[in-house]
Amino acid sequence: MASDTIVDPDFKVPAPERVGEEGKTWSHVIQNLVFTVDHKKLGLMYIGAGLLFFVVAGIMATLIRIQLFFPRSTFLDPDVFNRFFTMHGTAMVFLVGMPMIFGFANYLIPIMIGTRDMAYPRLNAFGFWVFFFSGLLLYFSYFGAPGLYNAGSAPDVGWFAYSPLTAKAFSRGHSTDYWTLSILLGGIGSLATSINILVTTFCLRCKGMTLGRMPLFVWLFVVVAFLVIIALPPLSACQIMLTLDRYLGAKFFDTQAGGDAVLWQHFFWIFGHPEVYILILPGFAIANEIIPVFSRKPIFGYPIMVAATVMIAFISLGVWAHHMFTVGMTSLGNTFFAISTMVIAVPTGIKIFNWLGTMWGGKLHFDLPMVFCLAFLFQFLIAGLTGVMLSVVPFDWQLSDSYFVVAHFHYVLIGALLYTFFAGIYYWYPKAFGRMLNRKLGFWHFWLFTIGFHLTFFPQHISGFLGMPRRIFTYEAGRGWEIWNQLSTIGVIIQIPGILFFVYNLIYSYFKGEEAGDDPWDAWTLEWATTSPPPEYNFEKIPEVRSRRPLWDLKHPDDPDWKFE
Amino acid sequence: MMAVGMTGVHAQGAGADLPTHMVADMFKPLSRPAEMIHETSLLVLVICAVIFFVVAGLLLYIVVRFRKKATDNTQEPPQIYGSTNIELAWTVIPILITVVLILVTSRTIGEVQNAKLPEDALQVRVVGHQWWWEVHYPQYGIITANEIHIPVSSKDPKKARPTELILQSADVIHSFWVPQLAGKTDLIPNRTNKMWVDPYTIGTYFGNCAEYCGTQHANMLLRVIVDTPENFEKWIADQKAPVPPPQTAQEIEGRRLYYANACVNCHTIGDSVSKGIFGPDLTKLMTRQTIGAGVAPLNHENLLSWVRDPQILKVGCLMPNMQLLDNEAEAITAYLETLK
Repeated sequence: MASDTIVDPDFKVPAPERVGEEGKTWSHVIQNLVFTVDHKKLGLMYIGAGLLFFVVAGIMATLIRIQLFFPRSTFLDPDVFNRFFTMHGTAMVFLVGMPMIFGFANYLIPIMIGTRDMAYPRLNAFGFWVFFFSGLLLYFSYFGAPGLYNAGSAPDVGWFAYSPLTAKAFSRGHSTDYWTLSILLGGIGSLATSINILVTTFCLRCKGMTLGRMPLFVWLFVVVAFLVIIALPPLSACQIMLTLDRYLGAKFFDTQAGGDAVLWQHFFWIFGHPEVYILILPGFAIANEIIPVFSRKPIFGYPIMVAATVMIAFISLGVWAHHMFTVGMTSLGNTFFAISTMVIAVPTGIKIFNWLGTMWGGKLHFDLPMVFCLAFLFQFLIAGLTGVMLSVVPFDWQLSDSYFVVAHFHYVLIGALLYTFFAGIYYWYPKAFGRMLNRKLGFWHFWLFTIGFHLTFFPQHISGFLGMPRRIFTYEAGRGWEIWNQLSTIGVIIQIPGILFFVYNLIYSYFKGEEAGDDPWDAWTLEWATTSPPPEYNFEKIPEVRSRRPLWDLKHPDDPDWKFE
Repeated sequence: MMAVGMTGVHAQGAGADLPTHMVADMFKPLSRPAEMIHETSLLVLVICAVIFFVVAGLLLYIVVRFRKKATDNTQEPPQIYGSTNIELAWTVIPILITVVLILVTSRTIGEVQNAKLPEDALQVRVVGHQWWWEVHYPQYGIITANEIHIPVSSKDPKKARPTELILQSADVIHSFWVPQLAGKTDLIPNRTNKMWVDPYTIGTYFGNCAEYCGTQHANMLLRVIVDTPENFEKWIADQKAPVPPPQTAQEIEGRRLYYANACVNCHTIGDSVSKGIFGPDLTKLMTRQTIGAGVAPLNHENLLSWVRDPQILKVGCLMPNMQLLDNEAEAITAYLETLK
């Protein structure tokens, strides 16, 4: 039988060569990191760097919340506050979300499709280092940006940097330039990685792995890579236009010279809305792997899941102006973008129902990856429904740029995306390091973070209803916002120990965790067919598959999948 | 928390005796466009709530019903790969809901955005500045700042007198948002946007700039003072009335200092040579409730503090510290206090 060829019992695994660990000197470890082109190491480096920036940007968010605890608080100066929310937003999108998704893609795609590395390993390393330096560049602005006028340090124009606030007249010094260059650089890295993902999945699949047998995880990343390649160029273009405006006298966005402020918004959101799906589809990808394994059933409706993903990606290219319902578009324009936005709810709904269908009739194992996925489902449901509310243009005239929007996208990016990241880390950590993450610490993390998360962000829906705009460094007493802000800040204080449990667990389990073995979750995709951690070449022998769940076929020779697909 | 008539922080200025609507709850609309938005929003909220309870309930049911029990054997459950009929069902139902939402939305968009205002509608031109609002009444030739006075309208379409807001910006993008009166509309440089309000209850309505516009975005506050038509006309007449000349020696000295310093470069006072346009018009300064676009109530103490160093009350605002001596600041304050 073909599936028997996954593991060759006579093959001896040669001891992997590990320069850094044998030498055990720091210079070896660093050399090992800097010069590596191994997709697994790069994947872990992406995730590690993402977590590092996550902690920094999270600290900024905490300070923001402390400032908003009392009305008319003087804990932070307005400029400091404005820099914090700009850096928080920019970092969370470009330095946490993007590297984390590429980290998972890098680590898992080659193993899942049964190959030894990404198609272009050196391009892969290049992508990582460009991203990493773009992050350092952004944070260096705290030291480097005062510039000629001594005005500003870190960027303080908000993460979507609406013109003309970014024009020389309103943003002196060089803080905006750091923001622009950092995003331009990061974009190059993302493009490189996306091209790599596409070439890898189209050219390097193992024998028998047709497109229709790829794990959904890989499918979703193919779609994400396409989206990145389509959506990033407008972003890079407008960053270049802005730089031309600022230094070479171009007038694209310079309203004082007849430029167009709204033009920037079109450019930015043509990138910005697909970006939302670039970030959330990898979340779906992780859930697509975890929910079936812990329900002990295959994914419900594989073809329609792929179709729904492609539909989401396609429609997401035509919804950008729903960020602009208040700029004074015609009623026809508003209606068009309302319709396209609402239509996207249909394929998204299909996905939720198919996940429920996967669990229906299964045997649900409440291990940590599954628990985080269940929370993801619940929170993504809320995020999706508040998204529907925001697509209703008249409702959006009230809610746009209010705290309701803040609540909505934090439910998307934390409640959905970050939860699937956590689920993915709990799920694949044993594969990457050979040890299980501690279950008890994991549940402390889960409960503290979940309670804290809802306490932080649910009240923000209400302060939005009560007219609180986003990005204000303070507010008057008596506007009805105090209690909701205070609950929100207390929520952050509860989230922090949750994150500490998580970080401690990552370190503790690396040394003391229970041995995982090759296949601790009794799962079905190819990454579980190799050792934990996998050798540098991933498989001693390139596997051959006959269905979407090669390990199921191997474990159930009497009832293999390929009979039914 | 949603009390109407909560005591404001102010004590003086035109309209200070009106009830205040400080908690700007969008679900308590007091103006026609806000009410149309409110009706649509409620419907959408109900639809979304129903979807939420159905799906979340289903999720909960699945989690309880299909959890692995201690008594279970180790056998795998039946392997189901999908079902075209079921998948079709949960594609069609969301499509139907979406169609309903699209119809409701496009209707309300048209009603609010393309509403035809009567000929005699009051026009107010609002120009956003970093971090205050310039307010023009082109039909009356009045210019003021930050506090917008309009007459109350009526639910009866025959008696209604809505107000049209013409929105422009002098620098960056701002957004005009008074939730109980209407949704928000951006003020964009090089563009003119329009919106309208049609309040049917008197009172002071609170709002904010809703588009991030720089350092003091948070203190770019809005007050719309809705009064009876008679009181509104009285306010108009009062704004047009000439300002009495300063009387005391200190006031006269204050006026001399005002004209001798750079104040005139940025501020306008009536028909005088003070014709600056970068800061708020001061012609009838003392008829306002607040200074600094709502950052503090307008009283002697705050005004003196502002004249001496605006960066104390509103750090980062574009008016610099004029380095005045104590007695100079007091004299200028005394002069400004005659502007009513």
